Amino acid sequence: MNETIVSYLGETLGLNFNWLGTLVIFLIASLILASFLALIGGLGTYAERKISADIQMRYGPNRVGPYGILQFLADGVKMLLKEDCIPRESDKFIFKLAPILCFAGVLASLAVLPLSSGFILSDLNVGIFYLLGVTSVVGVGIFLGGYSSNSKWAMLGGMRGASQIISYEVPVTLTILSVVMIAGGLSLNTLVGGQGAYPNGWYLFHNPFSFIGFFIYFIGSLAETNRAPFDLPEAESELVSGYHTEFSGMRFAFFALSEYIEVFVLCAIAAALFLGGYNVPFRLGGDGLLGQLFQLVVFFAKSFLLYYVVIWVRWTLPRMRVDHLMVLCWKYLTPIALFNLVGTAIWMYCFNGRSMYMILKHFLMASGQ
Amino acid sequence: MDVYLPTFLLIFIALVIVFGALIVSYLIRPSNPSLVKQTAYECGELPVGPAWANFNVRFYVIALVFIIFDVESALMFPVVAVYRHFLQLGSGGAVLLSLLVFIGVLIQGVIYCWRKGDLDWIKSYRTSSDVRAKGLK
Repeated sequence: MNETIVSYLGETLGLNFNWLGTLVIFLIASLILASFLALIGGLGTYAERKISADIQMRYGPNRVGPYGILQFLADGVKMLLKEDCIPRESDKFIFKLAPILCFAGVLASLAVLPLSSGFILSDLNVGIFYLLGVTSVVGVGIFLGGYSSNSKWAMLGGMRGASQIISYEVPVTLTILSVVMIAGGLSLNTLVGGQGAYPNGWYLFHNPFSFIGFFIYFIGSLAETNRAPFDLPEAESELVSGYHTEFSGMRFAFFALSEYIEVFVLCAIAAALFLGGYNVPFRLGGDGLLGQLFQLVVFFAKSFLLYYVVIWVRWTLPRMRVDHLMVLCWKYLTPIALFNLVGTAIWMYCFNGRSMYMILKHFLMASGQ
Repeated sequence: MDVYLPTFLLIFIALVIVFGALIVSYLIRPSNPSLVKQTAYECGELPVGPAWANFNVRFYVIALVFIIFDVESALMFPVVAVYRHFLQLGSGGAVLLSLLVFIGVLIQGVIYCWRKGDLDWIKSYRTSSDVRAKGLK
């Protein structure tokens, strides 16, 4: 297990980097990751429109580039050319700060994203805890964006956003606690490394509680990123555009971009925590750079599958009501998540941390003899 | 401190991207502000009063309940992280017991909030009067 990408590269290439080399490699890797994730965010908007068009039997964007794939670039240029309107009676400082908070929070969460066993920018020993903390900065950005606009629609959207994001953080945190309990560590490499390459080794099928936990985590992360059916903070038909009603041009673009990147980050974390992360079947490619490539492919395949499900859910289910949303969180998801936590603890104690598959195998082998 | 370097670098990159884009946009975008453009959007009407008014108290109650839960789950993280290690050492029972006591207190909190009707978005007064009638207030 390597702590950072620098130590991985140093080990693979047989080099020892001084502080300047470390800084340069970190900077290059962070730049690659940030620009790649920004590209994924941009393509996410394209995928969203194309998949929604597919679901509703339309064509979707098909003019800019082949199959309209350059649509997000055209959108970006358009955003750059838009006039920057700031309401006269708004709180100007906070108004300008809000998109920066959103974007910085999302980008900072990329530091612990376990893309492969080598390409993890920094495998912090408090990895998942850090991720939880940093992604909640996005909630602060959304609330401040709504609050500072001094517009009723934005205010309603910001308040709804804040209450929704903090509420759904509770079941998500409790579910992550039960996964941490199975893995026995907080760093992302520990969490992914404890799983196998096949579904029988995934934490999804470790015990019945983690199976339920995956769905709680997924629903919670949908709500945390304000995706339908929980897109109340930006409900178009009720609140014009919610918390970013007053934002125009690039400031709006950063809200939209950070939302799409955050959806990807949460899908990637779901893939890493429950679906085996970067573990490659048959150990294809070994431990070298080829193996890292296979790991990247596997990890992104799982994440994009979940990303598709998120978009699919958005264009299938109708929006929830505010009181239903809160009832779902506090009266269903939170008690179930608490039950899961207790259940996982007892399971770990009774079976000494073994998974369902291992117990079944043991049982079958014992009966066969 | 080495391992925390990428987080600062990423925040720095985020700031560079945001300010870079805003500066590029500042150079090429039109700018002719007018009074109407700079008013808050209220469906085309002139806005009536500021939006910073008193707000529904339910949001603040939810925030208070959230703080309790978040602090408790933050306190559980270290215990949960060492649980597996303790199981292998053979002293998992103590950790399990302390976890169960802690979660028990947490569940008591949920039940209390639920009985008080604080988890309902629209707090019904019927619920509180029922509770009062049973002498549980």
